[in-house]
Amino acid sequence: MTELFGVPLAVLAGQVMIGLINGSFYALLSLGLAIIFGLLNVINFAHGAYYMVGAFVSWGLLTYAGIGYWPSLVLTPLIVGAFGALFERTMLRRLYGFDHLFSLLLTFGLALALEGMFRWIYGAGGKSYAVPPSLTGVYNLGFMVLPIYRAWVIVASLTVCVGTWLVIEKTSLGARLRAATENPSLVTAFGINVPLILTLTYAAGVGLAGLAGAMAAPIYQVSPNMGSSLIIIVFAVVVIGGMGSIMGSILTGLMLGVLEGLTKVFFPTASALTVFIVMILVLLLRPAGLFGKDK
Amino acid sequence: MAHRYKDFRPRLVSPMQSYGLLAVVAAVAVLAPLVIYPLFLVKVLCFMLFAAALNLVVGFAGLLSLGHAAFFGGAAYAFAQAAKVWGWPFEVSILFGVVVGAALGFAFGLVAIRRQGIYFTMITLALAQMVYFLAVQAPFTGGEDGIQNVPRGSLLGLIDLRDTITLYYVVLVIVVVCLLQIRRMVHSPFGHILGAIRENETRVTSLGLNTSRYKLLAFTLSAALSGLAGALKASAFQLATLSDVSWHISGEVVLMVLIGGIGTLSGPLFGAIFVVMIGHFLATSGLPVSLVVGLVFMACVMLFRRGFYGETVEYLRTRLLSGPQATPKADK
Repeated sequence: MTELFGVPLAVLAGQVMIGLINGSFYALLSLGLAIIFGLLNVINFAHGAYYMVGAFVSWGLLTYAGIGYWPSLVLTPLIVGAFGALFERTMLRRLYGFDHLFSLLLTFGLALALEGMFRWIYGAGGKSYAVPPSLTGVYNLGFMVLPIYRAWVIVASLTVCVGTWLVIEKTSLGARLRAATENPSLVTAFGINVPLILTLTYAAGVGLAGLAGAMAAPIYQVSPNMGSSLIIIVFAVVVIGGMGSIMGSILTGLMLGVLEGLTKVFFPTASALTVFIVMILVLLLRPAGLFGKDK
Repeated sequence: MAHRYKDFRPRLVSPMQSYGLLAVVAAVAVLAPLVIYPLFLVKVLCFMLFAAALNLVVGFAGLLSLGHAAFFGGAAYAFAQAAKVWGWPFEVSILFGVVVGAALGFAFGLVAIRRQGIYFTMITLALAQMVYFLAVQAPFTGGEDGIQNVPRGSLLGLIDLRDTITLYYVVLVIVVVCLLQIRRMVHSPFGHILGAIRENETRVTSLGLNTSRYKLLAFTLSAALSGLAGALKASAFQLATLSDVSWHISGEVVLMVLIGGIGTLSGPLFGAIFVVMIGHFLATSGLPVSLVVGLVFMACVMLFRRGFYGETVEYLRTRLLSGPQATPKADK
């Protein structure tokens, strides 16, 4: 068997693969966080909880309504996004005038409440979600076997990330969004409904988290605490990348996922700590973050 | 967070009345273990100290930390290890817990104060999660079981702490001394500089003060006191577990400060009593603690941002005292 640095190539490739998958989820979630933070100036602590809710919605659609993977890939982000829009309209909006601390604490409370509610209803154990029939099976690449579903997740989430980046950077809707970030009162004077943009932005960011949850359901166990354990890592990713650039948060997410996978090959016990150690190093060497413009 | 260090507004209670209040509180504190389960009271006292310690950075220096469980739980492990495995006496083990808490706080502070605002919060949360992962993997923490049956021993070899009522009075004295120290610190020049940093950091820098050093010192002190709270709790329950270092504890203690009143001296103490009581009643009711805690959190942020204590004081002020100075200032 071929080896690289004394490690079988198949093992190495397998871990890079897992790293890329984790990385695509980091990217999707930190992208949503960056979009929300950019416009609303709110750090959405409930982002992990929305991801968890997305996985449960997808699982629920299949279990209770018999709605399969493909329709739920569209429905889940819409349902989660609608819930997010409702939350923004009824609660989060009232806090824009206050210290940032309060919106952070509000979303933190929401995260706790959602996690507690799902644990109450479904218990702490995980539910499994079968890989859709159209995506079962593997590709044999010669040096490794690649499950089709995993390849799909990487391709799909990268497409969504790049798509979101294109919408924000290259379309007129994105231009309005960026303008509203720079100077909301001026944009309002041009007759653009800024409060509506805020709601839609929050819904879109949260919808991305829901989509990530729906895609994660067949890979990980669908469980109430899947969100909180992930979001803390994503926060570290956000600190490393800085929330200044959309592309920056996508790249940082992927990079750290792969790095974590590689650590698992060489120092298995340290892999859970990789992202945090990188965060400390970045803070000591380049406090503003890799792509950061500190606000 | 419109706290004033020197409140020139009319006093709500006269000095005589405040001594009276103090006497009532002291009597309640001394007599409470005759009526209420003492171990529960010790838990309340530990969380009062923990909340007051967190408030030192959140309320008075404007640094929201979501990583304080690392100091609380880390010190609990340190105490348990010292008292059980190494067989150190009670007071030395407690001191060791405080030192571990302070050291962790210093290390966290060095990294976290390099960024401000929400980044600071995210960094403290991430670092605490790192401590949590270390606690899961390290051999001495006993994984899911934690360190159990930690002996309480005796204070200075004289006072036997196996009796929970005795332990309560010892903890009461320690906590009261610390709370008075916190009060003194807040009113000291150091406390005023922290307040100035919270209000306008750039300005303090322009006055020639090294704000990072003040923030680091405040953070380390807060961590040391949180460590003391954690070590005392571990001594009372004779147990140190993973739940003490989990992010839920960090969240709960922030809730205590928020619910009582950020930046008030007494608010967090009431918040601690309230949150520990909720946890106690929910434990038997079957309702999930985190759902209720989360909802209380949201209600508190939406409805009374100054906290129960802060809102009550403001309400009494407007009701009882009239005149232009008495109008409540809107929160920032």
